[in-house]
This record gives sequence, C-alpha cells and structure tokens, in this order.
Amino acid sequence: MSRKKSSGLLQQLVFVGPSTVFFTAIIVIPFLLGLYYSFTNWNGVSGEVTWVGLDNFKQILTNDPDFGKAFWFTVRFTVIGIIVTNLLGFFLAYFLTKPLKTRNVLRTIFFMPNVIGGLLLGFIWQFIFVKGFSALGDSTGWSFFNLPWLGDATTAFWGIVIVFVWQTAGYLMVIYISSINNIPKDIIEAAEIDGASKLQILKSVIVPLVMPAVTVCLFLAISWSFKMFDLNLSLTKGGPFRSTESVALNIYNEAFQNNRYGLGTAKAIIFFIVVAVITSVQVKLTKSKEVES
Amino acid sequence: MEVSKKYRVGTLATELIMVVIALVFLTPFYFLFVNSVKTFGDLLTNSASWPKSFEWHNYARAWDITNFPTAFWNSLIVTVVSNLLLALFSAMSAYRMVRHNTRFNRFLFAIFVAAMVIPFQSIMIPLVKVMSSLGLMNSIPGLVVAYLGFGVPLSVFLFHGFVKGIPLEIEEAARVDGTSTYGTFFRIVLPLMKPMFVTVIILNTLWIWNDYLLPSLVLQSASLRTIPIATFAFFGQFTKQWDLALPALVLGILPVIVFFLAMQKYIVEGITQGAVKG
Repeated sequence: MSRKKSSGLLQQLVFVGPSTVFFTAIIVIPFLLGLYYSFTNWNGVSGEVTWVGLDNFKQILTNDPDFGKAFWFTVRFTVIGIIVTNLLGFFLAYFLTKPLKTRNVLRTIFFMPNVIGGLLLGFIWQFIFVKGFSALGDSTGWSFFNLPWLGDATTAFWGIVIVFVWQTAGYLMVIYISSINNIPKDIIEAAEIDGASKLQILKSVIVPLVMPAVTVCLFLAISWSFKMFDLNLSLTKGGPFRSTESVALNIYNEAFQNNRYGLGTAKAIIFFIVVAVITSVQVKLTKSKEVES
Repeated sequence: MEVSKKYRVGTLATELIMVVIALVFLTPFYFLFVNSVKTFGDLLTNSASWPKSFEWHNYARAWDITNFPTAFWNSLIVTVVSNLLLALFSAMSAYRMVRHNTRFNRFLFAIFVAAMVIPFQSIMIPLVKVMSSLGLMNSIPGLVVAYLGFGVPLSVFLFHGFVKGIPLEIEEAARVDGTSTYGTFFRIVLPLMKPMFVTVIILNTLWIWNDYLLPSLVLQSASLRTIPIATFAFFGQFTKQWDLALPALVLGILPVIVFFLAMQKYIVEGITQGAVKG
C-alpha cells in the first residue's frame, strides 16, 4: 500500500509539479507580496519597508488626480473601444460569411494587424498620424486629416481608439465568423421561407444564436482595453499632459519613474479588483442572454 | 432565375464594399513600406507618394543600429523554449488533474482559473523583487521561467477542457496491456492532444513574441534585447529619424507577418478553439 501511495505521489509531482512551481513563484508569491507592499511605503530600492496601513489607498482615492484621470480615460476608452471593435468585428464577420470570391484574402487582411505587437503598431501609427495624415489631408483636402492628431487631448484619445480598433477588430471577426458558421443552415432557410427579411433574420435569428461569441468577444475586448499598455506607451506615452495615460501606464510610472513602489502596488491592487469585478459581471450578464439553437 | 441574378448583384456590391474597407485597412502598411525606402527629404515632403528612388541602404543601417540578428535570435529562443516547455508542462498537469480528480487537484485548478483575471500590472512590481532574489533577472532563462509562470493558467485551462473529451477506454486498454502511467501519457494521450497543442502554441507564440513589458522589466543588457525592446530603445535614441525608424519597424514586423501568412490556417483555428474554451 505504501509503495502504491508513494508512486502516486511521485506521479503527482512529475505531472503537476513543474507548472505549480512556476505558477507559484511567478504569480502567487508576487501577488501576495503585492498585497503586503500595498500597505507599506516601500520605495523599491531600500530594504526599509514601513507599514503605513491604509494610507496608500486613502491617498489614491482622495488625493491623486492623475490616477483619477487615468481611470476616467481607461473607462471612456474601454466603453468606446468595446462597442466599436465588436460592431466592426461582427459587421466584417457577417459579410465575410457570405459567398464572396475574395473572402479568404479579405479575412487575412483584416486579421493581419493583430499579429503585430501593440508596441510596434503604436510606433507605426505615430508616423501615420504625424506625417501620413497630413499628406492625405493635402491631397484630399479633408480637414479630418489635418486635425492635430496626437497633439491635443481629444484627438489623441480618438487616435488611440482608431489604432485599437484597427488592431483588434480582426481577432473578434475570426470568433464571430466561426460562430455564424455554426448556425444550422436550415434555421436560416426556414426563416427565409417564412418571408423574413435579411434584417429580421439578422436581428431575430443570427444575433441571438451568436450570443456565446458575444460573451467571449466582450470579455476579450474589455480585458484588452482595460489593461492597455503597449499601444499607449509607444503611441502617445500618455500625453499630451497625461490626458491619454491608461491605468496600467499610470501604475508603471508610479513605480518605475517615481520609485513609489508601495503606492504603485496599492494602485495595482485596486486595478486588479476593478478588472475582476467588471469581467465577472460582464460574463454573468451576457451568459444570461445566451440561447440554444 | 431572376432571384439568383439579383442575389449576384448584391454579392458583387458587398464584395466591392469589403474590398474598399480592406484597402483602408492596408493603408498603414503602404505608408510604412513606401516611406521606409525614401530619403529623409523625400519622406518629409511626399509621405503619401510612391518613392522616387528606392533607398535600400536605409534597411542596412537600421539592421546594424538595432542589431537586428541578435534581437531576432533572442526573441526566437525565448518564444520557442517557453512554448515547448509551457505546452508540455501544461498538458501533463491538465491530464493529471482530469484523470486524478482529487480535492487537491480541483483546488489547484480553481486557483489557476482564478489567476487568469489578475492583470500583469498588478503583480509586476513585486515580481521584479521575487525574480531578483531567485537570481532570474537579466537572463534569457529567467525570462523563460517568467513566461512559464504567466502562461500556465490559460494553457492548463485549455488542455483541461480538451482532456475531458478524450475517451478513457483507450487508456484503459493500454493499461491492461501493461503500459505504465508515463507510457500511457507520452505514447497514447500526448499524440491525441495534438490539436490542442497547436492552439496553445499559437496563442502563446503571438503573446510572447510581441510582449514588451515583461522583457523590459527583466532584461537590462543590450545583448539580451528581444525585438520589441530593441525597437523601443531605438526609438528613444532616434526619435523622428523616420528614414531609420521605418525600416527598423518593417524589420520588426516582418518575422511575425511571415509566420502568420505561413501558419494562417492554424492561427485562425487556434484562436477559434481558444475562444470557445476561454
């Protein structure tokens, strides 16, 4: 019996051990340490760590306009980002599931921006906003292109939205395409025979049946836009005047630019709680709208 | 007859509209490419036009300044090694967790799943401390270890769902024939998991290859830079030198674009699979 038990233990260690060890060292321990540091005034360098209780949280919530600003930016960005990317992703998917001759090429093109990292995309678009748009403005005469892109708070906000949508719509499109393709053909045919218009079929048949995909796509879009960092850093560095600083970038700056690690980890804990609450509420809400075909 | 004709016109119109949207989608790539081969003066005055002459030596200079071969090699090593270990360890854990559904394993799995909502920024600050006390800072193996830690939750989750669908009979038959647990896993179950391996590797490749923040925290030496960090360092140094910056960007995105075009079918399948499970 004891031999069997010890070989079972060995198997458990061999199979589950490696991933548990890495997971613990890289996620669990830093997470717990972060909880601890958020109650201290640790500066990241010195060994001296003083317990300050809830002071960090108090300061963040009452006396940190930049964090509030970053939060407000992130919320606005997330709301607009998820609406536009999902609408565009679904729109592309809806038409690219029709028998178009070029649809495979088109799918490839729409997806392509997504394989490039956010950092490089930000730099590419920096050039386009600064030089490319003004060239387009000169040749087309459209004032849209001659706006001070990245130069003021409003246009920089929309600039980031444009790049984000360009980057992520294709990914959501792929998920919506597979979901639309999974709808049984006879349901749509039955609706056609009953005389339903294309719009009615879309509204009453397709949309309800792709709700599981909506759950997933909303979840992805929320977590991407809420955690946005790379794009922000390379496109605007949070400027002008910190108007496009995301929460993730704000935390990064607090810790690594200002060397206030205690404050940074406190922000990170608040950030974690918000992300966890928002994503779980969203999944619960959209799951309740899912139907079986 | 008439119905099908009408339908064709509608399809053609849809097709044309979609092609136009696709061209709009492609314009950033057009700007990037045509300006990467212009002289600095030509680039500033005619950003939208076709190059007057092709200055390919822009690429040679960007290649040297970014130290492209080193960055490419570092990115490749990190991505390949992290991926292989991540897929193997996760597959093993998920298999064990499904087949030995003990209370401990259920608890562990629940912790893995819960950890998926932790944003990277929430742990990055103490992570640096933990990694330096483990001696993992400023090294490629250290970075790989970090990716293993971060990649395990999603990968285990994906394999977990997949293993549940593998019929137990095959394993039982193997066991009756006298195969050990390890033999059953490596010779019978592992080959059956191939589709999920593809999914996990695709998702992790796109993430690890493009990641900037983690390597920027872990790696300090210039010789260890991955492509995103090399690009970032380059931009700090040569801000607004677009005749160098644009070719550097083209070099930076080329490997992943080539990978994407070659593996397209698997990438799309992987993302669909991952989304259904995730």
